[in-house]
Amino acid sequence: MSTLLGLLSGISLLIGAFFCVVGAIGLLRMPDVYTRMQAASVIETLGAGFILLGLLLHAGLSLAAVKLLMIALLIFFASPTASHALARSALLRGVKPALADGEEGPSKP
Amino acid sequence: MLAAATLALIVTVALALARAALGPTVFDRLQAVNTIGTCAMLLLAVMGFLNGRPDFLDLALVYGLLNIIGVIAVLRFLRQGDLGAPGVPRR
Amino acid sequence: MARSVLFLAVLYAFWLLLSGMYTPFLMGAGAGCAVGVLLLARRMDLIDREGFPVHLAWRTPFSYWPWLVKEILKSGWDVARRILDPRLPISPTLIEIRPSQQTDLGLAIHANSITLTPGTITVEVGPGRLLVHALTREGAAGLAGSEMDRRCAELERP
Repeated sequence: MSTLLGLLSGISLLIGAFFCVVGAIGLLRMPDVYTRMQAASVIETLGAGFILLGLLLHAGLSLAAVKLLMIALLIFFASPTASHALARSALLRGVKPALADGEEGPSKP
Repeated sequence: MLAAATLALIVTVALALARAALGPTVFDRLQAVNTIGTCAMLLLAVMGFLNGRPDFLDLALVYGLLNIIGVIAVLRFLRQGDLGAPGVPRR
Repeated sequence: MARSVLFLAVLYAFWLLLSGMYTPFLMGAGAGCAVGVLLLARRMDLIDREGFPVHLAWRTPFSYWPWLVKEILKSGWDVARRILDPRLPISPTLIEIRPSQQTDLGLAIHANSITLTPGTITVEVGPGRLLVHALTREGAAGLAGSEMDRRCAELERP
């Protein structure tokens, strides 16, 4: 049982590590601020989520597990707020998003 | 596996640091700082388990709180002060 | 009033779980801190349906969150594939959508869910209007009248 949990925890940690590195590569490759934020949100959701899940399986039932859950909740509630604030002030500041060709300004639905 | 995750997180922080150095706008740098903060938080949690001291989780929690407050504080300062003016590219 | 008592209980439980040491002094200090935070929150008029939405606490973890996690996994995998693709097949789009939520709380949940999903970021929020930056055209097209919109409107109902 414990070896199975250990295996699952290891796999989860590796998946999380993979998404973290992918997100960081995106942070370097993407062409403008807004698309870089999209890449960074992969780190904040999938990367952090899988790493915390792996640690949760590693910790088992203990106070450490509760703290890990609190960290997960903190990330999932707070990081969208920070991303939104960042995107909004970038737009207010006049940083133009690099839109796909043929599109100017927000398109109406 | 814990060691592999630690290594990957350090690589992530290094890449984000490169983005912070490259810029070009102040918002790129802030996004990089935010990412580094998240990774530092995860790094603290993973290192705590790696060294067998889960007490580090408290530090991770505090770091996460400081991270979001820090980013929002800098953004507010940007809106009101003139701290970020050289960061926005002019054409 | 019932909401205040519940808020106090949540705060105290938070203290006890974080501290993990149950000596009389620390437990007393925790009670003091919880009461202090409660007084501050009441002074700031935060403890209402919007600031402490406890009515969502026993519904969302079993209905909304699993669905949201599924969506995050799907779109996160899609974004990761696009990042690793050597041609970088992205088509960034700004789109304005009209959400169907009535209350500020529902709107905030919808906007946060959009931002939490990789590939889309809410840039501006106003009453009856969300400005969203999407990484791809397909992602932007999937936003208007989406299932997320319907589910967030459902959460608003008492």
